[in-house]
Amino acid sequence: MGSGGLGSATAVAELRDITRVYKMGGHEVRALDGFSFTFQKGEYWSIMGSSGSGKSTLLNLLGCIDRATTGSYRVRGEEVADLDDDQLSELRSREIGFVFQSYNLIPQLDVLENILVPLFYQDDPPADGEERARALAERVGLGSRLGHKPMELSGGQQQRVAIARALVNDPAIVLADEATGNLDSKTALEILALFDELHAEGKTILLVTHEAKVGERSERTLKLRDGRIDEVRDNRVGLAASGNPG
Amino acid sequence: MRRASLLGTVRLGINSLMLHKLRSILTTLGVLFGVSSVIAMLAIGEGASEEAQEQIRKLGSRNVILRSVKPTEDVVSGGEATRVSSYGLTDFDFQRVDQTFPGVLRAVPVRQLQQEVRLNDRALNPRVLATIPEYVSVTGRPTSEGRFLSPEDQLRFANVCVLGYEVARYLSPFETPIGKRIKIGADYFTCVGVLLPRVPLGSDQPTPGADVTGEVFLPMETARRWFGDIQVKIRSGSRDMEEVQLHEIIAEAESDEAVPSIAAAAREMLARQHKQRDYEVVVPLEQLLRAQETKRIFTIVLSSIAAISLLVGGIGIMNVMLATVTERTREIGIRRALGAKKRHIVTQFLVETVVLSIGGGLLGIALGLLIPVLVEKFADMRTIVTPAAPLLAFVISAVIGIVFGLYPAWRAANMDPVEALRHE
Repeated sequence: MGSGGLGSATAVAELRDITRVYKMGGHEVRALDGFSFTFQKGEYWSIMGSSGSGKSTLLNLLGCIDRATTGSYRVRGEEVADLDDDQLSELRSREIGFVFQSYNLIPQLDVLENILVPLFYQDDPPADGEERARALAERVGLGSRLGHKPMELSGGQQQRVAIARALVNDPAIVLADEATGNLDSKTALEILALFDELHAEGKTILLVTHEAKVGERSERTLKLRDGRIDEVRDNRVGLAASGNPG
Repeated sequence: MRRASLLGTVRLGINSLMLHKLRSILTTLGVLFGVSSVIAMLAIGEGASEEAQEQIRKLGSRNVILRSVKPTEDVVSGGEATRVSSYGLTDFDFQRVDQTFPGVLRAVPVRQLQQEVRLNDRALNPRVLATIPEYVSVTGRPTSEGRFLSPEDQLRFANVCVLGYEVARYLSPFETPIGKRIKIGADYFTCVGVLLPRVPLGSDQPTPGADVTGEVFLPMETARRWFGDIQVKIRSGSRDMEEVQLHEIIAEAESDEAVPSIAAAAREMLARQHKQRDYEVVVPLEQLLRAQETKRIFTIVLSSIAAISLLVGGIGIMNVMLATVTERTREIGIRRALGAKKRHIVTQFLVETVVLSIGGGLLGIALGLLIPVLVEKFADMRTIVTPAAPLLAFVISAVIGIVFGLYPAWRAANMDPVEALRHE
C-alpha cells in the first residue's frame, strides 16, 4: 500500500510557508496563509474543505498553473518559483496529471490523441508514447474506443480517458479536482475503484473533493480552513492524526 | 514522435477549422475575392495596356507622323455649294522634312485617294495610298509575296499596285492576285505584290467587303498623273471637292533620342508655313510614354483597391479568430494545464489563421485565373496573366494570415490558465 510511512518516503511535493494573496476590488484575500505540507510518493490524499477554504488555490498551485505569492514549492526537488513560464509548462507536461470535474477532453481530438496531449507538448517526448497511450487506454477499459471522439462517449468513459491522459506522462502527482462530481453514484464508484487500483500501483494521487464519502475512500484526508490546515486524518484507522508539519 | 511538429499542428488546425465548416468558408471569402480581383484586374489591365502599346508600336516608335486635317471652319454646311477646299500638307513640307531636318533617316509622303478597287465582279473601297518605295522600310511591313513598289516604277510611271493582305484575300481569294489587272477608279494596274497582314489572322475566312479596312498602294508619281490633286467626295447631295497634296508624311528618326527634336521641328515648321491648323503631328513615342504612364497610374489605383479589399479580408479573419479564441478559452486552459507552452498556443492559432488565409488565397488564385479566361472568351478583351500576379497574391494572403492572426494568437497564449479553465 504505497510508501505511506513517515521518514521512509520520498517527497514528491513539498510546500513551505505558502501564501497566495488575491487582490479583489481593492482589498486583499489570503487564499492560502502560511501553508506548509509535504506529500510523499505513493500517497493517496483527499483534500477537503468548505468553499473558500483555499482548496482550489492549493490545487492550482500544486498543478503549477498558478504561483504562490510567497513561499517555496518543490516538485520532485525542483523549485517552482525559479522557473519561467516555459519551464513551468514543461514541468506540467512531465510531472503533473490533471483529472477535472468536467473531464475537459479536447472535442476535436479522438481518444488516443486526447491521451497523447501532454506528451505532444514535451520538449523531448518519449519514443514509445503511442504504445504507452494505447496500453493506458486498455488499462482504463477503452482499448476498443481509440478512434472515438469525446462526444461519442459517456461521462464515465470520458473521465477514464482523462485519467489515462493524466497518467501518460508518468507524473509525480495525479491531481483530481472533484473527479466524480459530474458522475452518477455507480459510475463514481467505478472511477474511485480505478483510483484505488492506481494507488495500489504506487501512484501519488491528490483528490480534491467536498464529498465526505469520496474523501473517506482515500488513504488520508487533509482538511483546510481559511487557507490553513484544519485537520489531517488517516482514513485507514479512522483516527485523527496530529498535524503534519512536512 | 508525436511532438508538436509543424505538420501535426497544421493537421490539428485544419481539424479545428473543419468543426465550423460554414464559418471557415465564409471567413475565407474576404481573402478569396480580394486575391481573385487583384489577379483578374491586373490581367485585364495588363492586356488592355499591352494592346494599346502594340498599336502604338505598329505606327513605329521612331516615327514622327505629320497628317493633314481638314480645318474645322472649312466644313461645308449642307447646301448645294460646290467648292474646292484646299488644305493640308504640301510637297514643299515633305521636302523640308526630308532634306533639311536633322536626325531624319528618311521621310515618306503618302497620298490617299478615294477610288473603288475592283477585280472582275469583286469590288471594295479600301484606303488607296500613293507613296514611295521606302514606305515599307519606314512602317516595317514586309511583303508576303511579290515585291513592293520600286524606284523604277516611280521613274517609269508604271501602272502597278501592291495589295494589302486583306484586300488581296477579298479580291482574289483562291489564287494569287499577282499579275492580275486591278481596276482602280477608271484605270487598270498590274498587281506586283501583297503585303503581310498587320495582325496574324485567326481565321481563314475572307473578310466581307464592307468591313475591309485594307490598303492598296500605288507609286506616287503614277497616282499623281492619273488622279491629280483634287479629290471629289459626294456627300448627302453636295459635291465636296478637296485639294490635298499629301495626306501624311512619315519621318523616321535615326534614333529614339532624335524623335523629340524632329517632332518639335515639325511642329514649328508647320506652324510657320500653314496659315490655318490643317495638320497634326503624331508622335507614337510620346503616345507610348503616355500609355506607359497611364498604365503606371492604373496599376497604382488597382493596387490600392486590392490592398483595401485584402485589408478588409484580413480584418474579417482577425474578427473571426478573436471570436474563436474567446469561444475556445476553455480548450486553451486545458492545453496550458496539460503543458502547452505559450508558443504552442500561438502556433496553433496562427496556423489556423494562415490555413484560412492561404486557403482563401489559393481559391482566389484559381478564381482569379478563371476570370481572365472568361473575359477573353465572352467580352473579347485581351488579358495577360503575368506569372508574378498569382505568386504575389499567394504571398500576400500568407502575410495577411500572419499579420492578422498574431493578435488573436497572442491573446490566446497570454490567458491565465486558471481563469481559462474556469471559463464556461
